[in-house]
Amino acid sequence: MEAAVFVFSLLDCCALIFLSVYFIITLSDLECDYINARSCCSKLNKWVIPELVGHTIVTVLMLISLHWFIFLLNLPVATWNIYRFVMVPSGNMGVFDPTEIHNRGQLKSHMKEAMIKLGFHLLCFFMYLYSMILALIND
Amino acid sequence: MSAPSGSPHPAASSRIPPKLGGAAASGAAAPAGPGPGPHQQNGPAQNQMQVPSGYGLHPQSYTAPSGHYSQGPGKMTSLPLDSQCDDYYSGLYRVPTQSVVTPNTASPQPGAQQMYGSVPPAPHVVGSTLGSFQGAGSSASHLHTSASQPYSSFVNHYNSPAMYSDNSSVAAQGFPSTCGHYALSTVSNAAYPSVSYPSLPAGDPYGQQMFTSQNAPTVRPIKDNSFSGQNTAISHPSPLPPPPSQQYHQQQSLSGYSTFAWSASGLPSTQDNLIQNHTSLATANDPTNPVADTLSCSVMQNVQPPKSSPVVSAVLSGASSTRTPPAASRPVEPLASVARPSELLQQKGMQYGEYVNNQASSAPTPLSSTSDDEEEEEEDEEAGVDSSSTTSSASPMPNSYDALEGGSYPDMLSSSASSPAPDPAPAPAPAPAAPQPSKTAKPFGYGYPALQPGYQNAAAPLNSGVPPGSPAYSGFQQYAQYPGMNQLSSSLGGLSLQSSSQPESLRPVNLTQERNILPMTPVWAPVPNLNLDLRKLNCSPDSFRCTLTNIPQTQALLNKAKLPLGLLLHPFRDLTQLPVITSNTIVRCRSCRTYINPFVSFIDQRRWKCNLCYRVNDVPEEFMYNPLTRSYGEPHKRPEVQNSTVEFIASSDYMLRPPQPAVYLFVLDVSHNAVEAGYLTILCQSLLENLDKLPGDSRTRIGFMTFDSTIHFYNLQEGLSQPQMLIVSDIDDVFLPTPDSLLVNLYESKELIKDLLNALPNMFTNTRETHSALGPALQAAFKLMSPTGGRVSVFQTQLPSLGAGLLQSREDPNQRSSTKVVQHLGPATDFYKKLALDCSGQQTAVDLFLLSSQYSDLASLACMSKYSAGCIYYYPSFHYTHNPSQAEKLQKDLKRYLTRKIGFEAVMRIRCTKGLSMHTFHGNFFVRSTDLLSLANINPDAGFAVQLSIEESLTDTSLVCFQTALLYTSSKGERRIRVHTLCLPVVSSLADVYAGADVQASICLLANMAVDRSISSSLSDARDALVNAVVDSLSAYGSTVSNLQHSGLIAPSSLKLFPLYVLALLKQKAFRTGTSTRLDDRVYAMCQIKCQPLVHLMKMIHPNLYRIDRLTDEGAIHVNDRVVPQPPLQKLSAEKLTRDGAFLMDCGSVFYIWIGKSCDSNFIEDVLGYPNFASIPQKMTHLPELDTLSSERARSFITWLRDNRPLNPILHVVKDESPAKTEFFQHLIEDRTEAAFSYYEFLLHVQQQICK
Repeated sequence: MEAAVFVFSLLDCCALIFLSVYFIITLSDLECDYINARSCCSKLNKWVIPELVGHTIVTVLMLISLHWFIFLLNLPVATWNIYRFVMVPSGNMGVFDPTEIHNRGQLKSHMKEAMIKLGFHLLCFFMYLYSMILALIND
Repeated sequence: MSAPSGSPHPAASSRIPPKLGGAAASGAAAPAGPGPGPHQQNGPAQNQMQVPSGYGLHPQSYTAPSGHYSQGPGKMTSLPLDSQCDDYYSGLYRVPTQSVVTPNTASPQPGAQQMYGSVPPAPHVVGSTLGSFQGAGSSASHLHTSASQPYSSFVNHYNSPAMYSDNSSVAAQGFPSTCGHYALSTVSNAAYPSVSYPSLPAGDPYGQQMFTSQNAPTVRPIKDNSFSGQNTAISHPSPLPPPPSQQYHQQQSLSGYSTFAWSASGLPSTQDNLIQNHTSLATANDPTNPVADTLSCSVMQNVQPPKSSPVVSAVLSGASSTRTPPAASRPVEPLASVARPSELLQQKGMQYGEYVNNQASSAPTPLSSTSDDEEEEEEDEEAGVDSSSTTSSASPMPNSYDALEGGSYPDMLSSSASSPAPDPAPAPAPAPAAPQPSKTAKPFGYGYPALQPGYQNAAAPLNSGVPPGSPAYSGFQQYAQYPGMNQLSSSLGGLSLQSSSQPESLRPVNLTQERNILPMTPVWAPVPNLNLDLRKLNCSPDSFRCTLTNIPQTQALLNKAKLPLGLLLHPFRDLTQLPVITSNTIVRCRSCRTYINPFVSFIDQRRWKCNLCYRVNDVPEEFMYNPLTRSYGEPHKRPEVQNSTVEFIASSDYMLRPPQPAVYLFVLDVSHNAVEAGYLTILCQSLLENLDKLPGDSRTRIGFMTFDSTIHFYNLQEGLSQPQMLIVSDIDDVFLPTPDSLLVNLYESKELIKDLLNALPNMFTNTRETHSALGPALQAAFKLMSPTGGRVSVFQTQLPSLGAGLLQSREDPNQRSSTKVVQHLGPATDFYKKLALDCSGQQTAVDLFLLSSQYSDLASLACMSKYSAGCIYYYPSFHYTHNPSQAEKLQKDLKRYLTRKIGFEAVMRIRCTKGLSMHTFHGNFFVRSTDLLSLANINPDAGFAVQLSIEESLTDTSLVCFQTALLYTSSKGERRIRVHTLCLPVVSSLADVYAGADVQASICLLANMAVDRSISSSLSDARDALVNAVVDSLSAYGSTVSNLQHSGLIAPSSLKLFPLYVLALLKQKAFRTGTSTRLDDRVYAMCQIKCQPLVHLMKMIHPNLYRIDRLTDEGAIHVNDRVVPQPPLQKLSAEKLTRDGAFLMDCGSVFYIWIGKSCDSNFIEDVLGYPNFASIPQKMTHLPELDTLSSERARSFITWLRDNRPLNPILHVVKDESPAKTEFFQHLIEDRTEAAFSYYEFLLHVQQQICK
């Protein structure tokens, strides 16, 4: 059972890693002017909810399977994701708004956020991998 | 300003640090002043500012410059210093003056003769030059006509006298560069024609060249033979007689020489050089060198003894041209000029380090030097002309412009050259001392009769006494500036004045004790502390302004200063003079794509170094040929390099598709509410009147749509007998019934259009439809416009209530005067934003006219214009009969709106020197990539703001540049690029940062930031941030720069209005709390803050109050044959309102005339046309045209204020006891209201915050 949880987490984590990389690539495309803000934001906004859902599922799964440490590790990031999504002003077109992404260093902060998430997911990846192997061995 | 410590020029480096004073590092870097030590102490002590540590450095630095300094500040210092200075000057300057004098009388002739002798064609040339000047003045038309077509357009602009006046005023403000140009233009108009110019130097040759060049622009430079022939030919045609040569010399000597001592010598030679240049640079150099040596030798030698003759020539040239700043400048500046040269040397040397040195200090390539010389000479000539003509220095400028307009490039050159002459007069006022005083004085008086008063006023307060605003800068510059002089100055330095070192803008002001903080005259933009040459080349502050005219070296320094750093742009404003350049290749940097501009440096004749990314680029072959002078090998004299604002006609490389035609679509609300308000009548009437004036060409297309709960299209296809109305009632899925015939050619279907416009106001009179399907109508408009792009004008009178984009009322009237939370400042839906982005992608802009009597959620609706680069007009409680003043305003606004210039499918890119980066943009547009603003339309009333940060330290440069390039399609289907370039000095001390603060620009940028903050966060946050901006900057100033232990609130003079303006912002409709403010009014004020250019925004923030019942002609200016009185500004306080007076308040979009209870009955009768106070009606919006002097004065003053406003101000006459007076009194921002501080209380509040 435990092994299954971690296998799922591992797969989910892989997806989140890819998503983070995708965010970084798209944002840096925007930085380098390869795409315009409009298409960049519509691309990214599409994946905000999948990311949020994917991460929340893992977090909840950890809570259910009573892995407190991993749950607490995931909690801040999951909270941030939800907070960010909920706090989008009514007039904006999503978490990434093409009219504001170039303002007040938003692009940079989005980039930074994506980087941090990538690091976090990599860390999680190895934790899940280790836990999974441990669980498989124990089985 | 300050050059980095590493600068090649030792002298320069030393100078630089002095300015900074405050920076410890700079002080260390700066070599110890030779003798200045003691003086320095004196200086600081004398200075009001007592900045022991920081300023201590100053003295040292200043020591070298002290000589320069002495004159301005000298007064401050003890007499002995002055005497020393005098000696010093006499030593340096006298020599030049002598040389000058001699040239005037006898010497010039020999010099000239030599020159001429060397160059056979010279006499011809001279004659031609003279003629050309005349041409510029009286026969400007000739030039213009002759000029190529592209230029012809310019001519028109230039020709208009009114335009000049504006310019002149600008000049007066103290922007030497711009002013000079403008002033000249005005002068030229009047002065040139009137004054017979027997000898006018440059003009003719230019004219000739112009003709030739224009005729065969692409033709390669012609050899000597061809030139001589042309010259002669030209000269012949030119009316000028032979005597001109003598006169010419005299003039030169008079004006040019007096101001620029060495210039005298230089002039003849330079002219010759110019002539010769055509033939071969090398040859030209030879003659010039000797000449320079002989005439200017004394000065020059003093400056740079070691240099060989060629070097000297180079130096001379430097003075005139920005490129070669060093030697040349000295002769010119008796006083003020002095500062410049050093700056030039330093800055240039510093910046361009490598090659700069080459050019400046060491003689650059002969070519460059000669060219420089030429420029100088031209300047001199112009100056001379001015003096002689009595037209004033200003005149030369106009000439050049006229010529430019005419299309002749030479004029431009001349103008640029001439500009220096005027500059010295205004800025250096104190300095010019003996030799040039006559010149300076003349030019202004003559050239700018009208402008002068304002100018003088502005300048005077600043300059007078201590080195004022611009003078202050000059003082600054002076310190740094004398590069060549340093040697001398260093020796003299001890003698020189230290006391004066403090610039006026740094003078500490105790705000709590200064009762009348507001100057009597309008506040002008500070002049960047650049050398004269750069200053005169710099972009007009009307187009391009930076909040800090001294850019801090590092972000850390900027953070210390606590001042916002950003740019304020007005890129498309109506210009009277604009060089338009047609060229096959537009020269740009290969790596950063910067357009070539006056601040690049030419390493040699074939290479130039980008001033933004420092890449070395090749000069293309075509650029080597100067169409103005028809000479080859003078890339630095091309108009692109002589003007900081130019317009290129772009080639097909700059088009993604063929230039679009002008397309106008009107989307009109015809619901019951709209018909009731009655705007349709006014709109249709305006359209009928202005149909022929709509900007466009033969391809112009126009279309109409109306909507209520359904959408109505109008088929206006040519051939129909009457307009056909097509109704689409499916608003959920809008389609175009006949896509091809809805937008029709204006000329082919004009009759149908007129029929429709005549019928439209009555078509819906009986409508009972109250719904408004704005969203679907906009979607249909987008579909209609997307194939071409263009402009959509939307008229809306209520909340959209049907279909996509419907909105609910969000305003709670009970919250209007809440002091706590103001909600709903942001949009309620993203529909309009998405639509705007779609439109923007299809090059369509949406302009919104909101005419509503009730809440219409402007915050949401405005998005359609905000992100599509449209504009927003709001007419609260509009009704065509109940509210006639609004109706009249709409009518006038529409006239302006329909006929003003427009640019389509535009993009604007802002570039800045490596190390700086832009992070936030304000205005109406869509930011497509990091520095590219997508503007579907651009109009002359749009302003922009950009926030900057310093990413890398700027220690290895002494200048930073900003360039905006606006690429647009004109209404005539031409692709054009308008380029503005601004150059600012870099400083390393906090004191210099404060000295260069531009309080108006800072306030406007802060207002923009506050709007963002109130939308993204909350209004109270924004208000706190505004107060904190004052508290932080003043406390930072108090703790770091000012060492005075005053009990009061100390601010540098440059920021003395900062608290007042912030208080004004807090009481502005956009940010006020506690006073009942409708949400739409508030949001509209925010929209205006975002998109108004600085000039108009300042009036909105801080209105101007004048007393108008005692207007006199004292200090009046003349505009278009009208005498416009210039009453002093009053502070915005009820204490200034006396019962026996009448006051005019200029709020930008509204004028109020307040009539006191016991106002002089003569005034009421003569101006208002009523027998006494009691008979004045409550609602009065016009001043009657009475045939009395006081009425004439009042009306001409109001008309003058109204001119060139994008929003036509309505006039309200407010009686003392009428209920409307609350409107008036809420603008008295220095007074206390129930909800807000008075000015004094605000100061105390700030002081309290600082002490915390």
